[in-house]
Amino acid sequence: MTGQGVGRAVGVVVGPGEPRGEGLRAERVGRRADGRLILDDVVLAPEPGSTLGVLGPNGSGKSTLLRLLAGLLRPTAGVVTLDGTPLGDLPRRTVARRLAVVEQHADTQVELTVEDVVRLGRIPHRRAWASASPHDERAVRTALERTALADRAGRRWHTLSGGERQRVQIARALAQEPRELLLDEPTNHLDIHHQLDLLALVARLPVTTVVALHDLNLAAMYCDRVVVLCAGRVVAGGTPADVLTEKLIAEVYGVRAAVRTDGPEGRPHVRFLGTLD
Amino acid sequence: MTAPGAPDARPRRGVRDAGPPPRRGAGLALGAAGVLALVVSLAVALTIGPADIGVGDVWSVVAAHLGLGTSDLTPIRDGIVWQLRLPRTLLAAVCGAGLAMCGAVMQSLLRNPLADPFVLGVSSGASTGAVLVVVLGVGGGALSVSSGAFLGALVSFALVLLLSHTLGGTTDRVVLAGVAAMQLFSALTSFVVLTSADAETTRGVLFWLLGSLGGAGWTDVWLCGAVLAVALVVCLAYARTLDAFAFGQEAAAALGVSVARTRLVLLCVTALLTAALVSSAGAIGFVGLVLPHAARALCGPGHVRLLPVTALAGAVFLVWVDTLARTVLDPREVPVGVVTSLIGVPAFVAVLYRTRRTR
Repeated sequence: MTGQGVGRAVGVVVGPGEPRGEGLRAERVGRRADGRLILDDVVLAPEPGSTLGVLGPNGSGKSTLLRLLAGLLRPTAGVVTLDGTPLGDLPRRTVARRLAVVEQHADTQVELTVEDVVRLGRIPHRRAWASASPHDERAVRTALERTALADRAGRRWHTLSGGERQRVQIARALAQEPRELLLDEPTNHLDIHHQLDLLALVARLPVTTVVALHDLNLAAMYCDRVVVLCAGRVVAGGTPADVLTEKLIAEVYGVRAAVRTDGPEGRPHVRFLGTLD
Repeated sequence: MTAPGAPDARPRRGVRDAGPPPRRGAGLALGAAGVLALVVSLAVALTIGPADIGVGDVWSVVAAHLGLGTSDLTPIRDGIVWQLRLPRTLLAAVCGAGLAMCGAVMQSLLRNPLADPFVLGVSSGASTGAVLVVVLGVGGGALSVSSGAFLGALVSFALVLLLSHTLGGTTDRVVLAGVAAMQLFSALTSFVVLTSADAETTRGVLFWLLGSLGGAGWTDVWLCGAVLAVALVVCLAYARTLDAFAFGQEAAAALGVSVARTRLVLLCVTALLTAALVSSAGAIGFVGLVLPHAARALCGPGHVRLLPVTALAGAVFLVWVDTLARTVLDPREVPVGVVTSLIGVPAFVAVLYRTRRTR
């Protein structure tokens, strides 16, 4: 489906045969801080197992939306639900067993190894006095293998490159064994190889993924669906081919662009021609 | 980085080969070594002192009081061992353990490698609270020295956190706010003690600002020991939660930690422990700064191991520092805080240097 009218609330429709209320849903959520409206009337229902891209210019509310979806912020209007239960009614621990978050830029001064960081993902699953169960060990090992970090488990965090750090954070998130994974601009500050590498990894994961992205072409290549935020409202939603049109890019970004459908698998490819001034 | 292909093709044992060695046995061995080091330190420190009492005599006094034999020492010499040296040595161990653990918890909770009850002004606040009760009689007898110290510690802690928050909350700002609070409360403490103007004044100022284990009695040992035991249990219960703070508060929240409750509980527990220790031994500085870093080098950053190892290391450390403080200028005594500062300040600079480099 497409929705191109700027200012109109547009949802991303639940997949066919999917019972309502399943998975993570944002139902007309809004967020107001210091009297300013940051997010308004956003409807979101990512299809289980799919990758949903959240696009939009700086300050359009992408990060706020992700933090609302993660339950790290409370919406001032509407509700975010997990299998039909409002996030606010669930204990934080329960949420963390279901839903993992990868920040834009995670860093620490603690001297941790890759494996130490991935083990943090087991915290929501462990009791205060219990030692690691075989299941914990297995989850950590699987996460390291899925992110191709098994041979780097003993490396120290502060010796890793930016791309490796993001990969470790994704491994940590996978160790949480989530069904929903939220990533806030995970490719920022990465070179192009690592950007492609990371998003290919994310798109392949068998979890529902919501990823905020700056780069329209990366979104077109790796997302099953995208929504576009502008000034806190969803102005378009659907498949990349439906959403990423020259008209929308002009309206939302104020940029002239030529969109061709010669990307991988016939996905759209955006060529920027200049600003609209 | 290579593209992640066919993860199953990787040898499974790669994880174990490349990862840190299994630490469970090593952790227990380290714990046992720590306990042994503490027992030996206590035993040796007990035999060192200005009064010339033989090692055998010291032991027979302790044995006699524990109901394991008799000693034929004079009551005075018996008193030196049982009423002076033993409580003092034990209080040194308790204070060292407590201050070191407070430092470890604060460093992780505030994500600040320079955090320590002394550097952040919590000890000074506790001193001021205690002095207000002892010297000025604030509270009219309803308030004990320890609860005065607790209130002082809470006030200064809250002040530092508020101040550093409004200043931007970075590592440096927290420390600057702590320095400001420390100076303020040290000045208040000095002022209050000096206004009382009795013969003990100068000694009193020294005690509250630099700390001393000289006045240690069994009451202090029991009180501080009990508070330490409670604090240790609470902090260990939160050990895994503290691990989650490595990448900040929001990352901790995303790992299912209720950040506000954890902060409230642990800040109150560290304030309470600091207050109990300060009201018995004054504001001994830098123990909480140095020992957690040393302990991390020994056992890694995981708090389940780090907290007990830090506490043991702190106990051993302060037992020896106090032994040094009371023997090096014999028969005079150096305030124990002078010695800990002489060791702590270079460590502070080293940590500062390292954080500058990694940023």
